[in-house]
Amino acid sequence: MSEKISVKVCLGTTCFVMGSANLQELIETVPAKYGDKVSVIGVPCLGLCSIDWEFSKAPYVKVDDDVIKEATVEKVLKAIDEKLAAK
Amino acid sequence: MAINTPKQTSHLKREILVRLIKSFLSDNFEENTRLIPYDMRPKGHEVPYRCCIYKERAILRDRTVAGLGFSIEETEDSTLLSDLAKKAIERKEPEENPLTVLTTACKGCVPSRIYVTDLCQGCVARPCVNTCKFGAISIQNGKSVIDPAKCKNCGMCAQVCPYQAIQKIIVPCENACPVGAIAKGEDGHAQIDFSKCISCGKCVSACPFGAVHEKSQIIDVLKNIKAGKKVIAMIAPAMMGQLPCTPKQLKEAIQKLGFADVYEVAQGADVTSKTEAAEFVERLEDGAEFMTTSCCAGYNELVEKHIPEMKPFRSDTKTPMYYTAEIVKKEKPEAVTVFFSPCVAKRREALQNPNVDYVLNYEEVGAWFIALNIQVAECGESEFKTEASAEARNYCVTGGVAKAVQTLLPEEIPAHPVIIDGLNKQSIRDLKKYAKNGMCDLGNLIEVMACTGGCLGGNATVNAFKPALKQVTTYVNESESLKDSIKAEK
Repeated sequence: MSEKISVKVCLGTTCFVMGSANLQELIETVPAKYGDKVSVIGVPCLGLCSIDWEFSKAPYVKVDDDVIKEATVEKVLKAIDEKLAAK
Repeated sequence: MAINTPKQTSHLKREILVRLIKSFLSDNFEENTRLIPYDMRPKGHEVPYRCCIYKERAILRDRTVAGLGFSIEETEDSTLLSDLAKKAIERKEPEENPLTVLTTACKGCVPSRIYVTDLCQGCVARPCVNTCKFGAISIQNGKSVIDPAKCKNCGMCAQVCPYQAIQKIIVPCENACPVGAIAKGEDGHAQIDFSKCISCGKCVSACPFGAVHEKSQIIDVLKNIKAGKKVIAMIAPAMMGQLPCTPKQLKEAIQKLGFADVYEVAQGADVTSKTEAAEFVERLEDGAEFMTTSCCAGYNELVEKHIPEMKPFRSDTKTPMYYTAEIVKKEKPEAVTVFFSPCVAKRREALQNPNVDYVLNYEEVGAWFIALNIQVAECGESEFKTEASAEARNYCVTGGVAKAVQTLLPEEIPAHPVIIDGLNKQSIRDLKKYAKNGMCDLGNLIEVMACTGGCLGGNATVNAFKPALKQVTTYVNESESLKDSIKAEK
């Protein structure tokens, strides 16, 4: 059994206003769907928006070490499925 | 429709606001504003939504016009954003009608009509033909065909088709508007009839192209802060559920934007509750059958424009915003007051109230935090000078206003609340019926909220409904009940 996939939803102010407010549902729905194979947490600012003033690509989500820009629920679920399939 | 569904259009609108604020704070506001569409779609940039980069820029330019607070319809295409930025700085008052339609973005919609799809099986029963009262449907080549000259768009055929092969094609803004104030004109563009519009903001949320914009007052507020005026934020109860921080952190964050002080509008809501409860008792003792609340600006405009016969039944008590602004101006006559609003309707109310100088919505406040890179969750905590009650802080949740009034009623005059959770065609018909009959068979205290879920479902909210509700409820549960605080006063 390999390690859990870790999903971090950035809840910094920029990400929150640009859309991660709507990603909070992942914190409830992902464990319901994937059980203990995936862990999802909301985290304080990941610092990704301030690199090169990339606020317009917010919200950011990290799935393990991969960064998802302009994240949506669909994009995050797809990334999780791909990770699971690769294991 | 679900409340506060995530939308790419909100992302675009918010990005423009952030860039506008940044450019105001830069050393060349006019030029940097002119460059916004080019910064967002530089040479060689991908074209995510429209036919070409030029159209994308043209639309972004129009969105910036709304961000500067001007009407897109009344602005010439040839006017430079830099000239408009200058005009925004010189403007003394915000413009009257709070909404504007971006016609270039809106052209994609086909007019509303009934359409027979390929799924039509040409069945023998032909309920569509038999149901149509206008004789608009005939069978040609074994399939149903609608004669557009006869069709009245009633949708009966779509309802009876056993294959669901007939669909009503809707125009989302027209479909969402509960009072028929927005419609596609002959040129195919949506137009708002402001004599009918109740500023409920449903078209803003409904348009999938993001073509309906609020005219922002962000530049006016920034300008007053820059001029060193004492600018006071009055934050409506729904604001407490919008950002990932505590109310006290939020207060400190708002002060970092340059506001001199922050008042909770819940403070005014306590005045509303007390006044409205006393009024309810008086009205019922005088023989009235029912009373409606009066704190929702969208509902108030509905009564003025569409149900004047409801006026005698609507409470004369003023809104929480009214009382809060009155308190602020009494304490600090030199203050410039800014109401932080979840919806567009409060803009209309503010225009009619000399104590409220400007309105910012939650998207604009959020964009401002982004522009200044303020992490609300890392802010310290700042106390509110006047604490509000639990009931007042719950005004933004549907049912909350009626509950607050109910708490204060004497036992011998109980209220039976009826909750109108969102204005739509059906609930407006119900309200008309109550007004006409002078009674409501379901109860005697009717709370009306224009938005489903209450103010937390407002068109300009940032947080999703469920987490916002959770956050507000936590705050409410930490607060003292109005009844206890009144007892303590005595």
